[in-house]
Amino acid sequence: MRRTVDARGFSCPQPVLMTLEEIKKVDKGEIVILVDTDTSKENVSRAATSKGWQVKEIQQEGEGYRIIIAKH
Amino acid sequence: MPLISDPNLIVGIESAEDAGVYKLREDLAIVQTLDFFTPIVDDPYTFGQVAAANSLSDVYAMGGKPIVAMNIICFPIQKMDISILQEILKGGLQKLREAGVLLVGGHSVEDNELKYGLSVTGTVHPEKVVTNKGARIGDKLILTKPLGTGIINTAVKGGLADERSTAQSIECMITLNKKAAELMMEMEVHACTDITGFGLLGHACEMIEGEDVGMLIYSSAVPVLPGTEEFAAMGLIPGGTIRNRDFRLPMIERAAEISDERLLILFDAQTSGGLLISVPEQKASVLLKRLHQEGVNGAAIIGEVLEQPKGKIMIR
Repeated sequence: MRRTVDARGFSCPQPVLMTLEEIKKVDKGEIVILVDTDTSKENVSRAATSKGWQVKEIQQEGEGYRIIIAKH
Repeated sequence: MPLISDPNLIVGIESAEDAGVYKLREDLAIVQTLDFFTPIVDDPYTFGQVAAANSLSDVYAMGGKPIVAMNIICFPIQKMDISILQEILKGGLQKLREAGVLLVGGHSVEDNELKYGLSVTGTVHPEKVVTNKGARIGDKLILTKPLGTGIINTAVKGGLADERSTAQSIECMITLNKKAAELMMEMEVHACTDITGFGLLGHACEMIEGEDVGMLIYSSAVPVLPGTEEFAAMGLIPGGTIRNRDFRLPMIERAAEISDERLLILFDAQTSGGLLISVPEQKASVLLKRLHQEGVNGAAIIGEVLEQPKGKIMIR
């Protein structure tokens, strides 16, 4: 099952903290993170990569982005 | 509205400078500046110190000597204890004393969001005004404080910053640019600006914009506060820093080995950052030595002014 982090409406560094929190709970799998700014998109991707997760896909969704990160 | 021209106006609103300069006599000009912002640190006394150091810096960056200052305060008196305001003002006053500047007044209004800063007035000889324009081919670039306060402040906000990074970042922000400016004025320099919201590269871009020169920045020579690299890699980068990069990217030519994170550090939005001084090559090592002797320990030669590529900054 995919976990989802809805970080829309939060400003930096909150989306990064929420992503790191979720990553701490699972050691592998897929996580979907929803963000609504370019800054958050970039920072969340960077945070995931720094923890050994791979940014699989970034889709535009409405005003924001759906970021899918994975670790196998 | 059209700008009014005045033969005595040396630096006006149109030039995106740190402060305005107006000639009063052949040998005397006034330098004026105003800067205020929302808290960037939790401790009110420290916030007062940072705000004052930041406001004074605009006068120092023009080669001026600050004389008098006025407080500007927005304070939510209904929901915040007055002792917080007193601590902020004390912190500001402490920095003014250190600078030898008199507090002569101020104004406060009630506001939902706390803000503090100062309007500072100083003097300068009209022929000794240093602006951000005038860097010449062959000049060396000296930066007087390390980078990273924006990224570290973001880490502090997120509760992820360690004590050492936090302490050094605060120390950096409350340090006056007084000494650095005085030493700069002991010799002929070509241009200077202070590094604030646009980051090192953003302010460097302003220096060369419309000029017939380019710049080379030695990335590995740029001093950085401890923790900055680690926090940048974790994605703790302020929105302003990312916008700085996006706005100026067309002016940047970076070598392949410069990582995305390093580039962002060079664009990191600073609070009360150091001076960036464009100094003739033969005087650069003397100035650097003097800076180190006088306690401006973070100072370093971080680049040079080139003929080509015009209007661009190479990063190696």
